[in-house]
Amino acid sequence: MSTCCCKNNECQPKREAWVIGEIETPAGKVPILGTRLTFHDVLGALKVRFAIGRHTYTVQPGLYAIGKPTAESPVFVSANYKLSFDHLRYALGGTDGWVMVLDTQGINVWCAAGKGTFGTEEIVNRVQQTKLDQVVTHRKLIVPQLGAPGVSAPEVARQCGFSVVYGPVRAEDIPFFLENNFTAIPEMRRVRFALRDRIAVIPVELIIWFKQALILAAVLALLSGFSRDGYSLAHAPHAFGLVFAAWLTGGAIVPMLLPFIPGHAFSLKGVWAGLLLWVMLGSANLMGTAPLIELGWGMLITAIVSFMALNFTGTSTYTSMSGVKKEMKIAIPLQLVAVLCGTVLIVLGGLS
Amino acid sequence: MMRHLKNVATLKLDIETCTGCGLCIAVCPHAVFALADSKAHIIDLDACMECGACARNCPVSALSVDSGAGCASGIIKGLLNGSGECCCDKGNGCC
Ligand code: SF4
Ligand code: SF4
Repeated sequence: MSTCCCKNNECQPKREAWVIGEIETPAGKVPILGTRLTFHDVLGALKVRFAIGRHTYTVQPGLYAIGKPTAESPVFVSANYKLSFDHLRYALGGTDGWVMVLDTQGINVWCAAGKGTFGTEEIVNRVQQTKLDQVVTHRKLIVPQLGAPGVSAPEVARQCGFSVVYGPVRAEDIPFFLENNFTAIPEMRRVRFALRDRIAVIPVELIIWFKQALILAAVLALLSGFSRDGYSLAHAPHAFGLVFAAWLTGGAIVPMLLPFIPGHAFSLKGVWAGLLLWVMLGSANLMGTAPLIELGWGMLITAIVSFMALNFTGTSTYTSMSGVKKEMKIAIPLQLVAVLCGTVLIVLGGLS
Repeated sequence: MMRHLKNVATLKLDIETCTGCGLCIAVCPHAVFALADSKAHIIDLDACMECGACARNCPVSALSVDSGAGCASGIIKGLLNGSGECCCDKGNGCC
């Protein structure tokens, strides 16, 4: 976390590890950024991937320099999410330029653009606050393409006189973009959701569902304890095991195999994965001792996997709100029915 | 290319108003548009994720889309407490 020393209302960024010097400009001193990522940066990125303290991974908003920029050097706009910022400064190694970091409350460019914090207003304010018009003589801002949902290029031009040029989706393509006369080829304008992207989100996916899975497993473990001979917790490990298997399938297997599972609706993909898990566990005699219990657990794990898959729409990069709403209208009632019936069946199965 | 549901996207293009500036093509992350005869055309409506980038940037307001996060937990939270915040873990490692 950066801190501020707000003397005379002037916020100077604290000297952070990624600042390697200072450059004098007509608008005052500007910190120079290193373009090499340190062990610390890589460790920080890993922590984010594993959801450790991800909400405090921020950079002080403001203007920074890369290399030895002049008044003619390009200006790149970034979010104050440290990962976005690190990708950019790493990609800019060997370039001379300016980086204007917006205050997106530590959220990455695309999500912040969706919320509007990476947006027209913040760009215009930041241009004024950093006195960018005194630092550079040109009037051009390179904004990451994924910032476009929050930014209106015509509005920015109207309000502060800087024209927005949309850079490529991925920071790694910026060197090509600069050499190619500030134009990205179509491939660089497309968002992907490749296997490595999907694998990278698995830890977070599993972590965000861990608590819910644990609570659900505990409830089901308690409910599966009734039998004709009285109450016992002998089945509790079985309940935890099955919910754990469903959690792993919904949080890791579905994301990984997403394009290969049939169906367009995520909830349906989840149903196929859940049924497959049911069959696999069933053939290993792990689903339960009585047919009712087996059926009940089958419905439960299918519903769990389907629900987790449905929620993976938020992580995926290609679902629309209209599409998700449409599939939710059908999927959520069915999932609820399956959970209710499944629970009743395992209780009845225990008693019979 | 991975696809979600068909025929649901709310994207509309008023081709009369369009000046063919190409900005929508530059901002769209799913190649929904193509330029032909100095006009934008929707060539792949089902790929639209309703991010709203095109409509927000079109200088002549020729585009409209009911934009929002295509995120189930965001929509559920929105229904429960009125504010739809997405979990927001866009997994593209790019931004
Ligand atoms: S941004 Fe608007 S005016 Fe420009 S090509 Fe697209 S639809 Fe036409
Ligand atoms: S809303 Fe987004 S995905 Fe849909 S056409 Fe516009 S820019 Fe492309």
